[in-house]
Amino acid sequence: MAGLELLSDQGYRLDGRKATELRKVQARMGVFAQADGSAYLEQGNTKALAVVYGPHEIRGARSRALHDRAIINCQYSMATFSTAERKRRPHGDRKSTEMSLHLKQTFEAAVLTQLYPRSQIDIYVKILQSDGGNYSVCVNAATLAVIDAGIPMRDYVCACTVGFVDETSLADLCYAEESGGVSSLALALLPRGGQIALVQMDARLHQDHLDTLIEAAMTACKGVSKVLDQVVRQHLQEGSTLRE
Amino acid sequence: MATVKVSEAEKVYILHGIRDDLRVDGRSCEDYRHMEVETDVVSNTDGSARVSLGHTAVLVGIKAEIGKPRPLVPDEGYLEFFVDCSANATPEFEGRGGEELGIELSNTLYRVFNNKNSIDLKGLCISAGEHCWVLYVDVLLLQCDGNLYDAISVAIKAALFNTKIPRVHMSSDDEGGKEVELSDDPFDCVRLSVENVPCIVTLCKVGHRHVVDATLQEKACSVASLIIAVTHRGTVTCVKKVGGGSLDPESIFEMTEAGKRVGKALHAPLMKLLQQEESLGKKREKVGFLG
Repeated sequence: MAGLELLSDQGYRLDGRKATELRKVQARMGVFAQADGSAYLEQGNTKALAVVYGPHEIRGARSRALHDRAIINCQYSMATFSTAERKRRPHGDRKSTEMSLHLKQTFEAAVLTQLYPRSQIDIYVKILQSDGGNYSVCVNAATLAVIDAGIPMRDYVCACTVGFVDETSLADLCYAEESGGVSSLALALLPRGGQIALVQMDARLHQDHLDTLIEAAMTACKGVSKVLDQVVRQHLQEGSTLRE
Repeated sequence: MATVKVSEAEKVYILHGIRDDLRVDGRSCEDYRHMEVETDVVSNTDGSARVSLGHTAVLVGIKAEIGKPRPLVPDEGYLEFFVDCSANATPEFEGRGGEELGIELSNTLYRVFNNKNSIDLKGLCISAGEHCWVLYVDVLLLQCDGNLYDAISVAIKAALFNTKIPRVHMSSDDEGGKEVELSDDPFDCVRLSVENVPCIVTLCKVGHRHVVDATLQEKACSVASLIIAVTHRGTVTCVKKVGGGSLDPESIFEMTEAGKRVGKALHAPLMKLLQQEESLGKKREKVGFLG
Protein backbone atom coordinates (compact mmCIF):
# COMPACT_ATOMS: atom_id res chain seq x y z
CA MET A 1 0.00 0.00 0.00
CA ALA A 2 1.29 3.41 -0.88
CA GLY A 3 1.50 6.32 1.49
CA LEU A 4 0.92 4.91 4.94
CA GLU A 5 3.51 2.67 6.43
CA LEU A 6 1.60 0.35 8.71
CA LEU A 7 4.66 -1.00 10.44
CA SER A 8 7.84 1.03 10.60
CA ASP A 9 11.31 -0.49 10.36
CA GLN A 10 11.68 0.03 14.09
CA GLY A 11 8.58 -2.08 14.65
CA TYR A 12 6.13 0.66 15.56
CA ARG A 13 2.64 1.06 14.19
CA LEU A 14 0.77 4.16 12.98
CA ASP A 15 -0.39 5.09 16.47
CA GLY A 16 2.92 4.26 18.09
CA ARG A 17 2.01 0.86 19.43
CA LYS A 18 4.15 -2.25 19.19
CA ALA A 19 2.84 -5.11 17.05
CA THR A 20 1.30 -7.09 19.90
CA GLU A 21 0.17 -4.13 21.97
CA LEU A 22 -3.55 -3.62 22.62
CA ARG A 23 -5.26 -0.27 22.76
CA LYS A 24 -6.22 1.06 26.17
CA VAL A 25 -9.35 -0.69 27.39
CA GLN A 26 -11.56 1.14 29.87
CA ALA A 27 -14.93 -0.11 30.96
CA ARG A 28 -17.72 0.40 33.42
CA MET A 29 -20.54 -1.94 34.38
CA GLY A 30 -24.01 -1.00 35.51
CA VAL A 31 -24.25 2.26 33.57
CA PHE A 32 -28.05 2.28 33.38
CA ALA A 33 -30.53 1.50 36.10
CA GLN A 34 -33.52 0.46 34.03
CA ALA A 35 -31.90 -2.37 32.10
CA ASP A 36 -31.17 -5.76 33.68
CA GLY A 37 -27.53 -5.42 32.75
CA SER A 38 -25.49 -2.73 31.07
CA ALA A 39 -21.90 -1.87 30.34
CA TYR A 40 -19.87 0.78 28.57
CA LEU A 41 -16.53 -0.06 27.03
CA GLU A 42 -13.86 2.03 25.36
CA GLN A 43 -11.11 0.39 23.39
CA GLY A 44 -8.90 3.19 22.16
CA ASN A 45 -11.23 5.53 20.33
CA THR A 46 -13.93 2.95 19.72
CA LYS A 47 -16.73 3.29 22.25
CA ALA A 48 -19.67 0.97 22.74
CA LEU A 49 -22.66 0.68 25.04
CA ALA A 50 -24.24 -2.71 25.66
CA VAL A 51 -27.53 -3.37 27.38
CA VAL A 52 -29.07 -6.70 28.35
CA TYR A 53 -32.74 -7.36 29.06
CA GLY A 54 -33.81 -10.74 30.30
CA PRO A 55 -34.09 -13.61 30.60
CA HIS A 56 -37.80 -12.91 30.13
CA GLU A 57 -40.85 -14.35 28.44
CA ILE A 58 -40.71 -14.49 24.66
CA ARG A 59 -41.91 -11.27 23.11
CA GLY A 60 -44.01 -11.47 19.95
CA ALA A 61 -44.58 -14.82 18.30
CA ARG A 62 -44.65 -17.60 20.92
CA SER A 63 -43.77 -20.12 18.24
CA ARG A 64 -40.19 -18.88 18.30
CA ALA A 65 -39.70 -20.29 21.82
CA LEU A 66 -37.34 -23.22 22.18
CA HIS A 67 -38.46 -25.88 24.63
CA ASP A 68 -34.98 -26.72 25.88
CA ARG A 69 -33.12 -23.40 25.98
CA ALA A 70 -33.38 -19.63 25.78
CA ILE A 71 -33.18 -17.74 22.53
CA ILE A 72 -30.67 -14.94 22.29
CA ASN A 73 -31.79 -11.85 20.47
CA CYS A 74 -29.14 -9.35 19.43
CA GLN A 75 -29.31 -5.98 17.80
CA TYR A 76 -26.22 -4.13 16.69
CA SER A 77 -26.54 -0.50 15.77
CA MET A 78 -24.28 2.45 15.24
CA ALA A 79 -25.05 6.00 16.27
CA THR A 80 -25.50 8.12 13.14
CA PHE A 81 -22.65 10.36 14.27
CA SER A 82 -20.28 7.54 15.20
CA THR A 83 -18.34 7.45 11.95
CA ALA A 84 -16.31 10.17 10.23
CA GLU A 85 -18.98 10.43 7.55
CA ARG A 86 -22.51 10.67 8.91
CA LYS A 87 -24.57 7.50 8.62
CA ARG A 88 -28.15 7.79 7.44
CA ARG A 89 -29.59 4.90 9.41
CA PRO A 90 -28.49 3.58 12.79
CA HIS A 91 -29.44 -0.02 12.04
CA GLY A 92 -31.22 -2.24 9.53
CA ASP A 93 -28.59 -2.07 6.82
CA ARG A 94 -26.89 -5.21 5.60
CA LYS A 95 -23.72 -4.73 7.62
CA SER A 96 -25.47 -4.24 10.96
CA THR A 97 -27.78 -7.18 10.33
CA GLU A 98 -24.75 -9.37 9.70
CA MET A 99 -23.09 -8.01 12.81
CA SER A 100 -26.20 -8.77 14.89
CA LEU A 101 -26.10 -12.34 13.61
CA HIS A 102 -22.44 -12.71 14.52
CA LEU A 103 -23.08 -11.43 18.02
CA LYS A 104 -25.95 -13.87 18.41
CA GLN A 105 -23.75 -16.77 17.35
CA THR A 106 -20.98 -15.68 19.68
CA PHE A 107 -23.21 -15.45 22.71
CA GLU A 108 -25.08 -18.66 21.95
CA ALA A 109 -21.73 -20.35 22.34
CA ALA A 110 -21.04 -18.73 25.69
CA VAL A 111 -24.28 -18.25 27.61
CA LEU A 112 -25.71 -21.26 29.43
CA THR A 113 -28.98 -21.00 27.53
CA GLN A 114 -30.24 -24.42 28.64
CA LEU A 115 -30.89 -22.98 32.11
CA TYR A 116 -33.71 -20.81 30.77
CA PRO A 117 -36.01 -22.86 28.55
CA ARG A 118 -38.79 -21.03 26.66
CA SER A 119 -37.34 -17.62 27.43
CA GLN A 120 -35.50 -14.86 25.67
CA ILE A 121 -32.39 -12.81 26.38
CA ASP A 122 -32.01 -9.48 24.58
CA ILE A 123 -28.56 -8.05 23.95
CA TYR A 124 -28.48 -4.60 22.38
CA VAL A 125 -25.19 -3.00 21.46
CA LYS A 126 -24.66 0.52 20.26
CA ILE A 127 -21.45 1.92 18.83
CA LEU A 128 -21.11 5.54 19.95
CA GLN A 129 -17.80 6.20 18.29
CA SER A 130 -16.18 4.00 15.72
CA ASP A 131 -12.45 3.58 15.20
CA GLY A 132 -11.96 0.02 14.04
CA GLY A 133 -12.60 -3.30 15.68
CA ASN A 134 -16.31 -2.64 16.11
CA TYR A 135 -17.17 -6.31 16.34
CA SER A 136 -14.66 -7.05 19.06
CA VAL A 137 -15.53 -3.99 21.11
CA CYS A 138 -19.20 -4.96 20.93
CA VAL A 139 -18.49 -8.50 22.10
CA ASN A 140 -16.35 -7.25 24.99
CA ALA A 141 -18.96 -4.71 26.06
CA ALA A 142 -21.78 -7.25 25.74
CA THR A 143 -19.86 -9.76 27.87
CA LEU A 144 -19.68 -7.25 30.70
CA ALA A 145 -23.38 -6.43 30.29
CA VAL A 146 -24.35 -10.11 30.42
CA ILE A 147 -22.26 -10.54 33.57
CA ASP A 148 -23.89 -7.42 35.04
CA ALA A 149 -27.29 -8.96 34.33
CA GLY A 150 -26.20 -12.03 36.29
CA ILE A 151 -26.70 -14.45 33.43
CA PRO A 152 -24.42 -17.48 33.76
CA MET A 153 -21.82 -17.98 31.04
CA ARG A 154 -19.25 -20.68 30.42
CA ASP A 155 -16.53 -18.05 30.49
CA TYR A 156 -15.88 -14.46 29.48
CA VAL A 157 -16.14 -14.03 25.74
CA CYS A 158 -13.30 -11.84 24.58
CA ALA A 159 -12.82 -10.72 21.05
CA CYS A 160 -10.02 -9.07 19.16
CA THR A 161 -9.21 -8.14 15.59
CA VAL A 162 -5.74 -8.96 14.32
CA GLY A 163 -4.03 -8.20 11.04
CA PHE A 164 -1.06 -9.47 9.12
CA VAL A 165 1.54 -7.11 7.67
CA ASP A 166 5.15 -7.78 6.61
CA GLU A 167 5.22 -11.26 8.15
CA THR A 168 4.10 -9.76 11.47
CA SER A 169 0.72 -10.03 13.15
CA LEU A 170 -0.71 -6.80 14.55
CA ALA A 171 -3.07 -7.01 17.50
CA ASP A 172 -6.22 -4.89 17.91
CA LEU A 173 -6.43 -2.98 14.64
CA CYS A 174 -7.58 0.62 14.54
CA TYR A 175 -9.59 2.10 11.68
CA ALA A 176 -6.59 3.37 9.74
CA GLU A 177 -5.06 -0.09 9.79
CA GLU A 178 -8.33 -1.86 9.02
CA SER A 179 -8.95 0.29 5.99
CA GLY A 180 -5.31 0.26 4.95
CA GLY A 181 -5.56 -3.07 3.20
CA VAL A 182 -4.37 -5.37 5.97
CA SER A 183 -5.76 -8.90 5.87
CA SER A 184 -7.64 -8.91 9.15
CA LEU A 185 -9.16 -11.62 11.24
CA ALA A 186 -11.77 -11.26 13.99
CA LEU A 187 -11.82 -13.87 16.68
CA ALA A 188 -13.94 -14.40 19.77
CA LEU A 189 -12.48 -16.64 22.41
CA LEU A 190 -13.57 -18.33 25.62
CA PRO A 191 -10.12 -17.91 27.15
CA ARG A 192 -10.07 -20.47 29.93
CA GLY A 193 -10.77 -23.47 27.75
CA GLY A 194 -9.23 -21.91 24.66
CA GLN A 195 -12.51 -22.45 22.79
CA ILE A 196 -13.14 -20.27 19.77
CA ALA A 197 -16.68 -18.88 19.65
CA LEU A 198 -16.36 -17.09 16.34
CA VAL A 199 -13.69 -16.62 13.76
CA GLN A 200 -14.02 -14.60 10.63
CA MET A 201 -11.61 -13.48 7.99
CA ASP A 202 -12.54 -11.87 4.73
CA ALA A 203 -9.17 -11.21 3.16
CA ARG A 204 -6.51 -13.22 1.41
CA LEU A 205 -3.81 -14.82 3.50
CA HIS A 206 -1.35 -17.60 2.84
CA GLN A 207 -2.34 -20.79 4.57
CA ASP A 208 1.03 -21.05 6.31
CA HIS A 209 0.37 -17.79 8.15
CA LEU A 210 -3.07 -18.68 9.40
CA ASP A 211 -1.79 -20.55 12.44
CA THR A 212 0.42 -17.68 13.58
CA LEU A 213 -2.41 -15.22 13.06
CA ILE A 214 -4.90 -17.27 15.08
CA GLU A 215 -2.25 -17.73 17.74
CA ALA A 216 -1.71 -13.95 17.89
CA ALA A 217 -5.46 -13.37 18.06
CA MET A 218 -5.80 -15.80 20.95
CA THR A 219 -3.00 -14.12 22.87
CA ALA A 220 -4.64 -10.73 22.30
CA CYS A 221 -8.02 -12.08 23.47
CA LYS A 222 -6.42 -13.39 26.62
CA GLY A 223 -4.97 -9.94 27.22
CA VAL A 224 -8.45 -8.46 26.87
CA SER A 225 -9.89 -11.06 29.23
CA LYS A 226 -7.47 -9.97 31.96
CA VAL A 227 -8.70 -6.39 31.70
CA LEU A 228 -12.35 -7.46 31.69
CA ASP A 229 -11.78 -9.65 34.72
CA GLN A 230 -10.27 -6.69 36.55
CA VAL A 231 -13.26 -4.52 35.67
CA VAL A 232 -15.71 -7.13 36.94
CA ARG A 233 -13.81 -7.65 40.17
CA GLN A 234 -13.57 -3.96 40.82
CA HIS A 235 -17.27 -3.52 40.11
CA LEU A 236 -18.18 -6.27 42.55
CA GLN A 237 -15.87 -4.85 45.17
CA GLU A 238 -17.42 -1.41 44.85
CA GLY A 239 -20.86 -2.98 45.14
CA SER A 240 -19.96 -4.91 48.27
CA THR A 241 -18.23 -2.00 50.02
CA LEU A 242 -21.28 0.15 49.41
CA ARG A 243 -23.47 -2.42 51.08
CA GLU A 244 -21.35 -2.72 54.19
CA MET B 1 -40.82 4.09 26.61
CA ALA B 2 -40.35 1.72 29.43
CA THR B 3 -43.85 1.01 30.56
CA VAL B 4 -44.79 1.40 34.19
CA LYS B 5 -47.87 0.03 35.78
CA VAL B 6 -49.45 2.25 38.41
CA SER B 7 -52.26 0.91 40.54
CA GLU B 8 -55.29 2.97 41.54
CA ALA B 9 -54.01 3.32 45.11
CA GLU B 10 -50.63 4.53 43.88
CA LYS B 11 -52.35 7.02 41.61
CA VAL B 12 -54.29 8.45 44.53
CA TYR B 13 -51.08 8.65 46.55
CA ILE B 14 -49.25 10.52 43.78
CA LEU B 15 -52.25 12.77 43.13
CA HIS B 16 -52.67 13.74 46.77
CA GLY B 17 -48.97 14.36 47.10
CA ILE B 18 -48.95 16.72 44.13
CA ARG B 19 -52.01 18.52 45.49
CA ASP B 20 -49.94 19.28 48.61
CA ASP B 21 -46.85 20.25 46.54
CA LEU B 22 -44.84 17.23 47.65
CA ARG B 23 -43.99 14.59 45.10
CA VAL B 24 -43.05 10.95 45.59
CA ASP B 25 -39.31 11.68 45.38
CA GLY B 26 -39.54 14.70 47.69
CA ARG B 27 -39.51 17.40 45.04
CA SER B 28 -41.97 20.25 44.84
CA CYS B 29 -44.06 20.81 41.71
CA GLU B 30 -41.58 23.06 39.91
CA ASP B 31 -38.35 21.19 40.70
CA TYR B 32 -36.20 19.28 38.28
CA ARG B 33 -34.48 16.03 39.12
CA HIS B 34 -30.68 15.88 39.36
CA MET B 35 -29.26 16.86 35.99
CA GLU B 36 -25.83 16.09 34.57
CA VAL B 37 -24.43 17.80 31.50
CA GLU B 38 -21.15 17.08 29.77
CA THR B 39 -20.01 18.37 26.39
CA ASP B 40 -17.47 17.11 23.88
CA VAL B 41 -17.98 13.41 24.51
CA VAL B 42 -17.77 12.03 20.96
CA SER B 43 -14.66 13.10 19.08
CA ASN B 44 -16.02 12.14 15.64
CA THR B 45 -18.54 14.98 15.83
CA ASP B 46 -18.23 18.75 15.55
CA GLY B 47 -20.14 19.17 18.78
CA SER B 48 -21.64 16.74 21.24
CA ALA B 49 -23.25 16.62 24.65
CA ARG B 50 -24.48 14.04 27.09
CA VAL B 51 -27.32 14.85 29.45
CA SER B 52 -28.85 12.72 32.15
CA LEU B 53 -31.95 13.79 34.01
CA GLY B 54 -32.86 11.32 36.70
CA HIS B 55 -32.73 8.02 34.85
CA THR B 56 -33.33 9.63 31.46
CA ALA B 57 -30.14 9.71 29.41
CA VAL B 58 -29.60 11.28 26.00
CA LEU B 59 -26.57 11.82 23.79
CA VAL B 60 -26.55 14.47 21.07
CA GLY B 61 -23.99 14.65 18.28
CA ILE B 62 -23.80 17.46 15.76
CA LYS B 63 -22.03 17.16 12.44
CA ALA B 64 -21.62 20.10 10.11
CA GLU B 65 -21.63 19.38 6.39
CA ILE B 66 -21.63 21.65 3.38
CA GLY B 67 -24.89 21.55 1.45
CA LYS B 68 -27.10 23.59 -0.81
CA PRO B 69 -29.39 26.21 0.74
CA ARG B 70 -33.13 25.73 0.47
CA PRO B 71 -34.48 27.57 -2.65
CA LEU B 72 -36.96 29.64 -0.60
CA VAL B 73 -34.25 30.98 1.73
CA PRO B 74 -31.06 31.08 -0.37
CA ASP B 75 -29.11 33.07 2.21
CA GLU B 76 -29.60 30.76 5.17
CA GLY B 77 -28.20 27.46 6.32
CA TYR B 78 -30.40 24.92 8.06
CA LEU B 79 -30.55 22.20 10.71
CA GLU B 80 -31.56 18.58 10.24
CA PHE B 81 -32.88 16.60 13.18
CA PHE B 82 -32.89 12.88 13.68
CA VAL B 83 -33.96 11.14 16.86
CA ASP B 84 -32.80 7.58 17.26
CA CYS B 85 -34.94 5.73 19.78
CA SER B 86 -32.49 2.91 20.25
CA ALA B 87 -33.35 -0.50 21.60
CA ASN B 88 -30.93 0.26 24.44
CA ALA B 89 -33.62 2.44 25.99
CA THR B 90 -36.30 -0.22 25.95
CA PRO B 91 -36.80 -3.48 24.02
CA GLU B 92 -39.98 -2.04 22.51
CA PHE B 93 -37.84 0.17 20.29
CA GLU B 94 -36.18 -2.82 18.64
CA GLY B 95 -36.30 -2.91 14.85
CA ARG B 96 -38.70 -0.20 13.71
CA GLY B 97 -40.49 0.07 17.05
CA GLY B 98 -38.99 3.44 17.95
CA GLU B 99 -39.59 5.11 14.61
CA GLU B 100 -42.94 6.66 15.41
CA LEU B 101 -41.74 8.33 18.61
CA GLY B 102 -38.53 9.36 16.84
CA ILE B 103 -40.44 11.15 14.09
CA GLU B 104 -42.75 12.85 16.58
CA LEU B 105 -39.79 14.11 18.59
CA SER B 106 -37.77 15.26 15.60
CA ASN B 107 -40.74 17.15 14.10
CA THR B 108 -41.14 19.06 17.35
CA LEU B 109 -37.41 19.80 17.40
CA TYR B 110 -37.62 21.23 13.87
CA ARG B 111 -40.35 23.57 14.98
CA VAL B 112 -38.49 24.70 18.09
CA PHE B 113 -34.93 25.07 16.84
CA ASN B 114 -34.88 25.42 13.05
CA ASN B 115 -35.78 29.09 12.74
CA LYS B 116 -33.81 32.27 12.59
CA ASN B 117 -35.04 33.48 15.96
CA SER B 118 -33.36 30.56 17.74
CA ILE B 119 -30.12 30.27 15.80
CA ASP B 120 -28.35 32.67 13.47
CA LEU B 121 -29.14 30.73 10.29
CA LYS B 122 -27.73 33.50 8.10
CA GLY B 123 -24.36 32.91 9.71
CA LEU B 124 -24.45 29.34 8.41
CA CYS B 125 -24.62 30.54 4.81
CA ILE B 126 -21.33 30.38 2.90
CA SER B 127 -22.42 31.81 -0.43
CA ALA B 128 -26.05 32.66 -1.14
CA GLY B 129 -27.89 30.12 -3.24
CA GLU B 130 -24.86 27.88 -3.60
CA HIS B 131 -23.30 26.66 -0.39
CA CYS B 132 -24.31 26.64 3.23
CA TRP B 133 -23.60 24.69 6.37
CA VAL B 134 -26.10 22.01 7.26
CA LEU B 135 -26.02 21.01 10.90
CA TYR B 136 -27.06 17.42 11.36
CA VAL B 137 -28.33 17.19 14.93
CA ASP B 138 -28.59 13.53 15.87
CA VAL B 139 -30.23 12.68 19.16
CA LEU B 140 -29.68 9.28 20.71
CA LEU B 141 -32.04 8.13 23.45
CA LEU B 142 -30.18 5.83 25.78
CA GLN B 143 -32.66 5.54 28.60
CA CYS B 144 -36.19 6.87 28.99
CA ASP B 145 -37.59 7.82 32.39
CA GLY B 146 -39.98 10.58 31.45
CA ASN B 147 -39.47 14.16 30.37
CA LEU B 148 -37.64 13.43 27.13
CA TYR B 149 -38.29 16.85 25.61
CA ASP B 150 -36.56 18.81 28.36
CA ALA B 151 -33.53 16.52 28.45
CA ILE B 152 -33.20 16.59 24.66
CA SER B 153 -33.50 20.36 24.44
CA VAL B 154 -30.85 20.92 27.12
CA ALA B 155 -28.57 18.43 25.35
CA ILE B 156 -29.10 20.18 22.01
CA LYS B 157 -28.36 23.58 23.50
CA ALA B 158 -25.19 22.22 25.12
CA ALA B 159 -24.10 20.49 21.92
CA LEU B 160 -24.73 23.64 19.85
CA PHE B 161 -22.65 25.57 22.37
CA ASN B 162 -19.90 23.02 21.91
CA THR B 163 -20.11 22.96 18.08
CA LYS B 164 -17.05 24.19 16.22
CA ILE B 165 -17.54 24.83 12.52
CA PRO B 166 -14.39 25.08 10.41
CA ARG B 167 -13.78 28.52 8.91
CA VAL B 168 -14.16 28.62 5.14
CA HIS B 169 -13.77 31.28 2.52
CA MET B 170 -14.78 31.50 -1.09
CA SER B 171 -12.15 31.86 -3.75
CA SER B 172 -12.85 32.46 -7.38
CA ASP B 173 -10.63 31.31 -10.22
CA ASP B 174 -9.98 33.18 -13.48
CA GLU B 175 -13.08 31.87 -15.25
CA GLY B 176 -15.35 33.18 -12.54
CA GLY B 177 -15.95 29.76 -11.01
CA LYS B 178 -16.21 29.77 -7.23
CA GLU B 179 -14.65 27.31 -4.88
CA VAL B 180 -14.99 26.69 -1.18
CA GLU B 181 -11.69 26.64 0.63
CA LEU B 182 -11.35 25.16 4.07
CA SER B 183 -8.94 26.75 6.49
CA ASP B 184 -5.70 24.79 6.90
CA ASP B 185 -5.61 25.29 10.63
CA PRO B 186 -7.91 22.74 12.31
CA PHE B 187 -8.32 25.06 15.30
CA ASP B 188 -9.54 27.93 13.13
CA CYS B 189 -13.22 27.52 13.94
CA VAL B 190 -16.43 29.48 14.20
CA ARG B 191 -18.63 29.10 17.26
CA LEU B 192 -22.38 29.45 17.24
CA SER B 193 -24.20 31.91 19.40
CA VAL B 194 -26.60 29.96 21.57
CA GLU B 195 -27.94 32.97 23.43
CA ASN B 196 -31.40 32.74 21.90
CA VAL B 197 -31.60 28.96 21.71
CA PRO B 198 -34.70 27.98 23.68
CA CYS B 199 -35.10 25.19 26.19
CA ILE B 200 -38.22 23.09 26.32
CA VAL B 201 -40.18 22.84 29.55
CA THR B 202 -42.78 20.10 29.76
CA LEU B 203 -45.62 20.62 32.19
CA CYS B 204 -47.77 17.67 33.11
CA LYS B 205 -51.28 18.26 34.30
CA VAL B 206 -51.84 15.96 37.24
CA GLY B 207 -55.17 16.42 39.00
CA HIS B 208 -55.77 20.13 39.36
CA ARG B 209 -52.10 21.06 39.37
CA HIS B 210 -49.22 20.82 36.96
CA VAL B 211 -45.72 19.47 37.55
CA VAL B 212 -42.37 20.06 35.89
CA ASP B 213 -40.10 17.14 34.95
CA ALA B 214 -42.59 14.32 35.51
CA THR B 215 -41.32 10.80 36.06
CA LEU B 216 -42.96 7.90 34.25
CA GLN B 217 -45.18 7.21 37.25
CA GLU B 218 -46.40 10.77 37.37
CA LYS B 219 -46.92 10.78 33.63
CA ALA B 220 -49.12 7.72 33.98
CA CYS B 221 -51.38 9.76 36.31
CA SER B 222 -51.59 12.82 34.09
CA VAL B 223 -54.24 13.58 31.52
CA ALA B 224 -52.18 15.67 29.17
CA SER B 225 -49.03 17.74 29.05
CA LEU B 226 -47.99 20.99 27.51
CA ILE B 227 -44.53 21.55 26.08
CA ILE B 228 -43.31 25.12 26.06
CA ALA B 229 -40.12 26.37 24.46
CA VAL B 230 -38.72 29.32 26.40
CA THR B 231 -35.68 31.50 25.71
CA HIS B 232 -33.42 32.95 28.40
CA ARG B 233 -35.45 36.16 28.36
CA GLY B 234 -38.62 34.27 29.07
CA THR B 235 -40.03 34.60 25.55
CA VAL B 236 -42.23 31.68 24.59
CA THR B 237 -41.35 30.42 21.12
CA CYS B 238 -43.42 27.28 20.84
CA VAL B 239 -46.35 25.74 22.67
CA LYS B 240 -47.69 22.29 21.97
CA LYS B 241 -50.11 20.04 23.75
CA VAL B 242 -49.15 16.40 23.82
CA GLY B 243 -50.97 13.40 25.17
CA GLY B 244 -54.48 12.06 24.92
CA GLY B 245 -56.55 14.18 27.33
CA SER B 246 -57.75 17.73 27.04
CA LEU B 247 -56.86 20.93 28.86
CA ASP B 248 -59.04 23.96 29.54
CA PRO B 249 -57.82 27.41 28.44
CA GLU B 250 -57.48 28.60 32.03
CA SER B 251 -54.97 25.90 32.93
CA ILE B 252 -53.07 26.38 29.66
CA PHE B 253 -52.58 30.01 30.66
CA GLU B 254 -51.39 29.01 34.12
CA MET B 255 -49.06 26.37 32.72
CA THR B 256 -47.54 28.82 30.23
CA GLU B 257 -46.81 31.24 33.06
CA ALA B 258 -45.18 28.47 35.11
CA GLY B 259 -43.25 27.28 32.05
CA LYS B 260 -41.87 30.77 31.46
CA ARG B 261 -40.76 31.03 35.06
CA VAL B 262 -39.12 27.61 35.14
CA GLY B 263 -37.56 27.95 31.68
CA LYS B 264 -36.01 31.29 32.52
CA ALA B 265 -34.53 29.82 35.68
CA LEU B 266 -33.17 26.84 33.74
CA HIS B 267 -31.09 28.86 31.26
CA ALA B 268 -28.86 30.80 33.64
CA PRO B 269 -27.28 27.84 35.49
CA LEU B 270 -26.96 25.88 32.25
CA MET B 271 -25.03 28.64 30.51
CA LYS B 272 -22.89 29.18 33.59
CA LEU B 273 -22.07 25.48 33.68
CA LEU B 274 -21.22 25.34 29.99
CA GLN B 275 -18.95 28.34 30.22
CA GLN B 276 -17.27 26.95 33.30
CA GLU B 277 -16.62 23.65 31.53
CA GLU B 278 -15.34 25.48 28.47
CA SER B 279 -12.92 27.58 30.53
CA LEU B 280 -11.22 24.46 31.85
CA GLY B 281 -10.08 23.72 28.29
CA LYS B 282 -7.80 20.76 27.91
CA LYS B 283 -7.32 20.40 31.65
CA ARG B 284 -10.85 19.08 31.98
CA GLU B 285 -11.07 15.45 32.88
CA LYS B 286 -13.48 13.77 30.50
CA VAL B 287 -15.91 11.52 32.29
CA GLY B 288 -18.29 10.30 29.60
CA PHE B 289 -19.99 7.07 30.58
CA LEU B 290 -17.06 5.93 32.68
CA GLY B 291 -17.82 8.15 35.65
